[in-house]
Formats: sequence, structure tokens, C-alpha cells
Amino acid sequence: MSVTSPGTVLSAAGQTIEAHWQALAARRRLYTIGGILFMVLAMGGSLWFANESNAGKFFDRLPYVFDFIGQLIPRDGMEIWRALFDLPSPYDDGSLKYNYPDGRVYLTQSLYMPEYFYKMLETINIALVATFIGFGLGFVLSFLAASNLTTRRWLRFFVRRFMEVLRAFPEIVIAGFFLAILSLGAVPAIMAVAIHTIGALGKMFFEVVENADMRAEEGLRAVGATWVERVWFGIVPQVLPNFLSYALLRLEINVRASTIIGAVGGGGIGEVLRLSISQGHEAKTLAIVLLLFCTIVAVDQFSAWLRHRLVGKQAFQTAPGG
Amino acid sequence: MTVLDAHEADALAARHPDVFERSPRKRLVVWLITGGIVLYFVFAWWFFSIGQVFANGNWGIAGTYMADWISYEIRPDIEYRQNHLEISFPRFSPLGDNPAPDWLTEKRATVEIETESPAGAASPSSSTSGGFLGGLSGGNESDTSGGLLGPMESGPSSADLPEVDQSVGVRREEAVIEASVSIGAGKRVDVFPGRVEVSRGDETLILDIVQGERVEPRGPLPDWASQREPGAKVLVQFGFAGRAEIEDDEVKIRRRFLGWENFFFDTRSPFFDRSAGDVAYLVLFGEPLQPGRSNAALAWDNFVNNADWQHGDVWLKLLQTIVMAFVGTVLATLLAFPLAFAAARNIYPSRIGNFMLKRFFDFLRSVDMLIWALFFTRAFGPGPLAGISAIFFTDTGTFGKLYSEALENIDDKQREGVRSVGAAPASVQRYGVLPQVLPVFLSQSLYFWESNTRSATIIGAVGAGGIGLKLWEAMRTNSDWENVAYMVLLILLVVFVFDNISSALRRRLIGT
Repeated sequence: MSVTSPGTVLSAAGQTIEAHWQALAARRRLYTIGGILFMVLAMGGSLWFANESNAGKFFDRLPYVFDFIGQLIPRDGMEIWRALFDLPSPYDDGSLKYNYPDGRVYLTQSLYMPEYFYKMLETINIALVATFIGFGLGFVLSFLAASNLTTRRWLRFFVRRFMEVLRAFPEIVIAGFFLAILSLGAVPAIMAVAIHTIGALGKMFFEVVENADMRAEEGLRAVGATWVERVWFGIVPQVLPNFLSYALLRLEINVRASTIIGAVGGGGIGEVLRLSISQGHEAKTLAIVLLLFCTIVAVDQFSAWLRHRLVGKQAFQTAPGG
Repeated sequence: MTVLDAHEADALAARHPDVFERSPRKRLVVWLITGGIVLYFVFAWWFFSIGQVFANGNWGIAGTYMADWISYEIRPDIEYRQNHLEISFPRFSPLGDNPAPDWLTEKRATVEIETESPAGAASPSSSTSGGFLGGLSGGNESDTSGGLLGPMESGPSSADLPEVDQSVGVRREEAVIEASVSIGAGKRVDVFPGRVEVSRGDETLILDIVQGERVEPRGPLPDWASQREPGAKVLVQFGFAGRAEIEDDEVKIRRRFLGWENFFFDTRSPFFDRSAGDVAYLVLFGEPLQPGRSNAALAWDNFVNNADWQHGDVWLKLLQTIVMAFVGTVLATLLAFPLAFAAARNIYPSRIGNFMLKRFFDFLRSVDMLIWALFFTRAFGPGPLAGISAIFFTDTGTFGKLYSEALENIDDKQREGVRSVGAAPASVQRYGVLPQVLPVFLSQSLYFWESNTRSATIIGAVGAGGIGLKLWEAMRTNSDWENVAYMVLLILLVVFVFDNISSALRRRLIGT
């Protein structure tokens, strides 16, 4: 959108402005073209590298992708429900593929819980326990890391670095380490997710604490309250809604994280999903995906509703999973 | 300043009971929440049988695994023979094929070693056959093995079987008769045939060995040594520096050293066990160690293909993980960008279209990254393509949702202004909408790029390739924890670098 029309003759000052503008526009164009060129090269190189180092090449494997999708279609639509609720299948031939009732978890003599619901419950509990532990410890650490409450610089530095290490350490390594010690099961998954949660929530929390209104704390300090009393009565009531909102957000992430950790040996629904996909049990796979999908949507909706009640519109955001 | 006396303060409290005394309902809620959480933890304790899992945990090994991250063990075995010792190292010892560590001193002497004659050795107690064969073969044996002694010169070790002297050959040979292992300051294990002396500080434990039968400590065991039952093997702990297992047929030494062993060159490399200066000299000025190949190329090849550390492979896998996150995020951004415009209520006024697209985004996002990763691993085979596709699918959903929300929150005045001068619809979007949202879009993408680098590690472990899979394989063996530490260090480095790049770019884009 040129500002000058070609007919007008510019004064000397106008020409200077024009020249500067042209130079600026040329430089911006150069940056844009350079940036795009860089991105194209980087993407091209990356795609080539990814394709080269993959077990199968993209175009060779593409037909298998469609085959695989075809293999996911169960023998009839009702199979998914039978797999989901552990009902006997008419195709039962004694193989693992159709042995839905075998997985039943009997609560009483006749009342049972379908296997996948039980596993889903396990995964949700992993996430819930981990979030509780992470909330508790992140809560304590956040006050020690906030510059407005902790005056000792070394303590603050130490707590912040500690939380950073907890956050950045890959969950998979913590899970693997505890799996080696405690053997397969949910407890290593809880520990891995909880340790990561402490770091992640602690960071969110101390930023909230640093933005808190300090007048209440000053009032308490004036009447001689101890540090714990000042924090508990002056800061906590202000920050608790935000804390809870972040914890709920974290719960959403943790449900996903514990599913993934489950797939590498941490128990729960992730493990059965991985097994069922690798063994090619189409009805079971679809049943698990359906259940997992509904659960994640339900947890997200519940958390969004509760966060909305706690802190209003401002807490609406989608955090990345890391 | 107003000063209240106690009476007046009480009066004020009485006037506003709701401030000073919370209502019973509120107090009940606090107790209910606390009680609920406690009950939940009790339930979780039972549900996951946490107590049992912890009790059954292999905690003894945890310390070793932790120590393995930053240190390594050298494991010589010292076996007792009748009157001498035999020291052996495992096949893939970090010390290479000819280990001669300076912390293991041995005293050699010429001893008489019983050799079992080729035929009669199986049962030395069968005196008739032994004598017969011994008589026959005595001369032959002295020919074949030069060290053979005359049959009459029976060593003290064979004194218990006097009548089969001739069947059991005895040769005189130099052998280890005493081995002494120093495990840090003041800690040592001295091994003699039939006796082991362990000293730690000023305490000394002497153990008598009845070969092949039992281990007998002299006196009570100090608290750093343990024995399950009388006569069984004795375990001696030296803290981080190592431990020793004294069994009835051998002493197993586990000597621990801080650091990563053979990080640069493995034991098969010609550069193995050379100092840094030595290697630098060889690379720069030395004669070629292998004909037709410069030392620099050889050193690089040996380093990259180091059998213990697999540097080349680890770096390649790390690059795969980086590529997975990068390509996945960029592709998701490119696809979500146009879709978000169609999903935004104020840009594309079709209720059904908006709704369908938004539910589509929700679907992509809620079918977890794990599920996509498992699906695509099955479809594409293990490798970065599966990881790219998983990140691409999940993040298209996330970006679509975030972008369309950003679009719905734009300021409409700018758009109206552009429209009022008669701009074409495309121009309205380009000049009226895009300048408002582009920095937000890019900032979101950068934020997710950084977090996807972390996620890519995790989904790699379920088979989507990259460093995650390698990490998982290293952990499964339970013996390569130092490799795990190396990879974790690399991952942390990469995440740290990308974190900084991403926040620097975001600061430039939106100034936050």
C-alpha cells in the first residue's frame, strides 16, 4: 500500500522519508524471505531425515496405514460394547481376542466391574494421587521460592533450582528407575507423575504468590504474627483459588501423562491399550479408545467447569502437556 | 492511632460474629474436605497396595542403581586353588583385555600345582586305575609338559592322597599366592589360599575358608560385614567405594570408581587407555595407527562408534526427537491456521461449520497423544514418522482450539476500518485480523514446540522412535544407568537450549 502517488513530486524531506521507508520495507522483505527460506530448508531437511531414519519409508508404508485402519473395523458394531462391558461374544473361540468376560473384576459374587473401567479407574487414581502429592509439596515449596516471602536469597535459589530439576527431568526416566526397584505396577507411575507435578505446580504457585497483594501480610506482620501465620492467614486465602485452578489444569495433564506412563509398564489403561493394539484386537482397542476419549473429555469438562467457578474467565487456557 | 481495650474488642467481636466465628456450615466443610482427602489417601493406599509394594521393593539395589549413574564398577574375582589363587576379570571389563590395576597387588611365588593327568584324573580316589595309568604315562607327561616334577616329589597339597601321587601330575609354576585389594584409604581385602583378611580402618576381620565348604569368621562380625547363616558367604560393605563377597570358593570384589568409564574410546580402540595429551599428539603428529587412514579419522570413528556409549547412535536418536517435535509442531501450525479461521464464529458465520470444526479439534486433542503414537507406530513402523504424526494430530486440535479462541476475541474496529474503505474479503483478513493474532499464534506455537520436545521423548518410549526408545531400552537392561544419565543430560541440555530460544523469540514477537 504505497502512500505516495507516482505523479507527486516530493520535497527533499519527503524524499528522505521515502528513501528510509523503502529501505525499511526492503529489509523487512529480506527478513521475511530469509525466514521462509530457512523454514523451508529446515522442514525439508527434517522431513527427509525423518523419512530416512524411519523403519519404513513414508510412501511405502502409506498403504499399510489404510490397511491398519481397515483392520480396526470389528466384526460387528456390537463387539465394541461387548468388549467394553465384558459381555460374552458370539465369536468366542477361546482365543485372547474374544475372551471379554475373562477380564471381569468381581466386586461381589455377581456384581462385576468391566476390566477396562477398572483399569481406567486405576489410571485416574494414579493421576489424582499424584496431583494431591504434587499440590501438597508444591504448595509448601512455592512460599519458600517466592521473593516476597522468603528473604534468604540462597534458600530461594536452592528451592527454585530444585523445582526446575524436578520439572525438567523426563518422567519416563523416573518411572523407569522406580519400575526397576518396585517392579511393574502403578506405584512407580504415581511417583514419576507426582515428582514432575511438584516441580510444575511449584513454579506456577510461586508466580501466583509473588503477585499476591502484600497488605494483608503487612497487617499481620504489624501485630507480630509469625512467618507461618502471615503466610497462612495473609497469603493463602488470596492465592488458594488460583492454586486450585492450576491444580485442576494439572490434573487434566496428569490423566494423559499417567496413561502414557501406563503404556510403558505403569499399569492402568495405557498398558492394556498398548497390548491390545500390538496384538491386533480391534474390538478391544476401539472399546479402550472410546472409554479413554470419554474419560478425558469428561475430566476436561469437569475441570473447566470447576475452574470457571473458582476464578472466573481468566483461568481459561490450555497448557501444553510438558 | 486508635487503641482498643480488651473489653471493647470483645464487644466488637460480639457485634460481628460472622467475621470472628465462622458459621458451623463453613467449619464443617473444611473438616469434610480434610477428612475426604485423608479417606481418599487411605483408599489409594489400599487400592494400589502401596505398603506392600514398598515392602517388596528391591531397595538394596536402589543405591547401586543410583551410584551407577555417575560411577562404574570393576569386578575382579579371586578364586582359591589348593595353594594359590587365580584372579580373573569378566570378559567385557572396562579395563580392557589385559587389566593390571594398581589397586590390586599380587604376590607371586613358585608353587607346586597339581595337574590332573589326562585320563586318570576324574576320580583320584580309585587307586588301582590311577596307579596303573600313572605308571604308564609318567614318562610321557614329563615329555609333553616340561614343568612336570618327578612323581615322588609330591607337594604338600597332595599329601592327603598319598597313594595317587603318580596319577596326579604336579608341576612347578609361578602363581599368585597372595592378592591384596585396596578399596580406598584404610580399606583392604587380603586374600590367601584358605584365609581372607579384611581391614577397614583399625578393625580387622579374619575369615578362614574351608574350600568349597564353608566360610568361618574368627571372632564376631563387625557391623559392616554380614553373614546369613553360619558357614555361608560373608558380605563386606565399604560404602560407595565398593563391597566384597567372600564365598567358599572365591572372593568377588566390586570396586567402584567415580566417573564414566571409557567415555571416549572403548577397549578395542587403539586409543584406549591413553592420556588426552597422548591422543592429541597421535591425532596431530603421530604415525597412522591403521594403514591408509589418518589418525584423526580413526579417532573420530572410534569415538562415534564407541561400543559402550554409542555416541553416534545416541546423537542420531536425539536429532530424531528434535525433528519429531519441530516438524510436528510446524505442520500442526500450518494446518490449524486456515482451519481456525473457519472455526471462528466471527470470521466464518456458519453455526454448523463452526461447531463441527470445533468438535473435530476437541476430538484430535482428546484422543491422547499416546493413542495417536501407538496407532502410527503400528502403521508406519517405529521411527520418527510415527512421532511426527502423533504430535501433528494432537497439536492440530490444540492449536485449532487456541487459535479460533484468539480469533473470536479480536478487536472488531480494525476489521471494520479496513472493510469501510472497500477492501476485498481476503484483504480484510490480511490487514484487519492477522496483525492482531499473528504474534499470539506464533507465541503459542513456540510454547508448544518447546513442550513437545519433552513430550516427544516420552512418546518415543512407547515405540515412536527417537531418544525415548533408546532411553527405555537402556533402562530395561538395568545395568546401563550411566548411559541413561548421559542421555538425560543431553535431553536436559536440548530442552534448556530450546526453552531459551523459544522464550527469546516470544519476547521479540509479543514483548512478554
